[in-house]
Amino acid sequence: MMKLDPKIPAGPLETKWDRHRFSEKLVSPNNKRNITVIVVGTGLAGASAASTLGQLGYQVECFCFHDSPRRAHSIAAQGGINAAKNYQDDGDSVARLFYDTIKGGDFRSREANVYRLAQVSAQIIDQCVALGIPFAREYGGQLANRSFGGVQVSRTFYCRGQTGQQLLLGAYSALCWQIERGQVTMHPRTEMLDLIVIDGQARGIVVRDLVTGRVSIQTAHAVVLATGGYSNVYYLSTNASGSNVTATYRAWKQGAAFANPCFMQIHPTAIPPGDEHQAKLTLMSESLRNDGRLWVPKMAADHRPPGDIPAEERDYFLERRYPRFGNLAPRDIASRAVKTVCDEGHGVGPGGQGVYLDFADVIERQGQDVVQERYGNLFDMYNRITGEDAYQVPMRIYPAPHYTMGGLWVDYNLMSTIPGLFVIGEANFADHGANRLGASSLMQGLADGYFILPYTIGHYLATAKLSPVREDHKESRAALQRVTGRISRLLNAKGRRTAASFHREVGKFLWDHCGMSRNKAGLELVLRSIPALREEFWRNVVVPGSGEAFNQELEYAGRVADYLEFAELLCHDALHREESCGAHFREEHQTADGEPTRDDTCFAHVAAWEYREHAVPILHKEPLAFEFVQPTTRSYR
Amino acid sequence: MKFTLKIWRQKSPEEKGRFVTYEAHDVGSGMSFLEMLDGVNQGLIAKGEEPVAFEQDCREGICGSCSLVINGIPHGPDRGMATCQLYMRRFPDGAVITIEPWRARAFPIIKDLVVDRRALDRVMQAGGYVSVNTGGAVDGNVLLIEKDQAETAMDAASCIGCGACVAACKNASAMLFVAAKVSHLALLPQGKPERTRRVKTMLDAMDREGFGSCGNQYECEAVCPKRISVRFIATLNREYLRAGVVESGLPAEPESPHAESA
Repeated sequence: MMKLDPKIPAGPLETKWDRHRFSEKLVSPNNKRNITVIVVGTGLAGASAASTLGQLGYQVECFCFHDSPRRAHSIAAQGGINAAKNYQDDGDSVARLFYDTIKGGDFRSREANVYRLAQVSAQIIDQCVALGIPFAREYGGQLANRSFGGVQVSRTFYCRGQTGQQLLLGAYSALCWQIERGQVTMHPRTEMLDLIVIDGQARGIVVRDLVTGRVSIQTAHAVVLATGGYSNVYYLSTNASGSNVTATYRAWKQGAAFANPCFMQIHPTAIPPGDEHQAKLTLMSESLRNDGRLWVPKMAADHRPPGDIPAEERDYFLERRYPRFGNLAPRDIASRAVKTVCDEGHGVGPGGQGVYLDFADVIERQGQDVVQERYGNLFDMYNRITGEDAYQVPMRIYPAPHYTMGGLWVDYNLMSTIPGLFVIGEANFADHGANRLGASSLMQGLADGYFILPYTIGHYLATAKLSPVREDHKESRAALQRVTGRISRLLNAKGRRTAASFHREVGKFLWDHCGMSRNKAGLELVLRSIPALREEFWRNVVVPGSGEAFNQELEYAGRVADYLEFAELLCHDALHREESCGAHFREEHQTADGEPTRDDTCFAHVAAWEYREHAVPILHKEPLAFEFVQPTTRSYR
Repeated sequence: MKFTLKIWRQKSPEEKGRFVTYEAHDVGSGMSFLEMLDGVNQGLIAKGEEPVAFEQDCREGICGSCSLVINGIPHGPDRGMATCQLYMRRFPDGAVITIEPWRARAFPIIKDLVVDRRALDRVMQAGGYVSVNTGGAVDGNVLLIEKDQAETAMDAASCIGCGACVAACKNASAMLFVAAKVSHLALLPQGKPERTRRVKTMLDAMDREGFGSCGNQYECEAVCPKRISVRFIATLNREYLRAGVVESGLPAEPESPHAESA
């Protein structure tokens, strides 16, 4: 029977983390070199954790499926990273960052975790500066800030529109140092395909060398997953095509609880989908909403060119519905408003899936030069993709799956329900609740990797009884067999349909029924339909080539197989949560004017799901107690 | 639109490669170059044939995975973009397009259009970092950095590590890649303490990995998806010269072996 103990330290919020760190046991320096830790994934969380653990003296085995650790998808984050530095003296503080984050998450995250995140945020900036990250500066030489994503203070640090890239290259450089020192052994082009649990503890992983195809066992004293989110279950998302759910999903099947899988962020400003060959949705930075105005024609199915539609026949729907925040309403709210107007037939562009993001007013007010200076690279990017000039005609945008707040359940120490299995970054569920604010994912990834995990894993390693394990332990062999069995099943199906066709089908299905808004009938329809699709997959998929060689289609088919199972878990969670909160909108639970209604009496909990073979997963609830803040209705009107 | 593709196919590093011709039909002008290749591959897979192996990931020009030489030019005909940002409307209908992998001694071919670029990681491991521990960093505003200096450092730091500069260079030199990292860190106060050592160890590593030397033809800059300037190669050369001068001084005395027991 699974038990959820969040292990939140008692006492005042402000001192929980300090007191907790002091009460933790340390591993003596001499022993560290005899301890091996596996880190899977080299994004912000993984690279910062692996480098810090290496620096502390552990032997780190680090894995990524890319050709280089520097390519992890953190690299694509554009906007910035939040920190409660209060350099602008505009009223920011740890308490305010904490409150903004917990409110932005619609009161579905743990107070203690979020407070700690806000506390370490300032340290992250100092660390990144020390690593040589070229943050934007003022003329006086101080660090520059901008405001971002529905908050009233300026606390976002940035490197042009490439903040994720610079932070990741910083963490990668720290990793390079530890590789050079021999503390970290890097295994690029190596994919984790299963978890090895021995005597109830995570003791290793099964990996496939993507160049030779060799499958092997890696054992260790603890395993850290930093394998990112699962937005690609929707097929079209803003994520890199390699991002996938496999590592966390396989860990779930070995006993790690999966928390709040239905909390998934849909970003409002992506370029709308075009034809069916499209492989990804490209994000246009949220910063565009600082100056662009969103509108649709008031008349449904109005096919006039935008320039021919006079002002009084335009509906500036965000400004109309949310006069206080207008076009800067938070992501979940803006996305839903876009969907609503499109569903009512006002959408523009192919298939009516799009709304205008119009810069005409700001260009008239401040001139094209100013707009060009601010957003030139984004306008160029838009032009390259769509062939349209956004200085002349408004951009068209549509929401796209972007980030997953859900993930493997972890306690305050970032340990999953499997002792010795730690989960950090987007892969865990912890800090963003039901909706993430802009510029908070980079903060959380680095907080986990640089400043939290290295402490908490030490206590586990110092106190757990860890007997030596051999590679040919029966659990290791069983895990290896699971992996090789799946690979040969994929190769031997020899059917007629490509893995991508299944992926597209399940993704479309989820997007239609478990996307920006959900209802009982739709979710039940998905749950009824997926088993047949999965059955067809295993019978009719075609994967050419061999398992003992470089085979990209085999890698991909394995990930699609996991999406076809994971989609069900997503829908079970969405079905159980009979409320609308954050990014999760159940049509049954809304006010007369379409605003979400949250239910704190029945759903102020984390939903953590336990895997059962061939059966509906078991739901466990971790109640969320709010000792320090009072949950309020999140109103942006 | 339709296109004739001449694609380099090579089963493994040991086997000989060759060009194979494929037809791409029903290509929309709004499709990206990689989506066009996806379409060709879907057709091959459905027939049970092995698809063309190529690398891609973020598809928005920042991860540095994509690495195709298109009609003889790394990342294709347009400046300042990676292959994934190239769209088919750029090509005339019916065009013949040649697609090859990066070709350089330091980048052995793994399969088809996929090459092994770990040499670049090893160059970075030789010194492309500031050796600071996690924790204990001073406040980010303690060291002021001139805005222009920070911007120039950012120009250099924009490198996505794709290796197009190497593929474009007839000497297969990685000078622009190394120059970007050396300049980025040399421009910032945080990078200063290791400045002298870094430039030497990184250039040594570059030579060791089999990259050639710079021939001053600027082809690297022309194909760089981030438009990194060859001026940074000049900075690299100055840094290298400086390191030679600085290092010719007296070495510091090593610590006395008895110091610790005192």
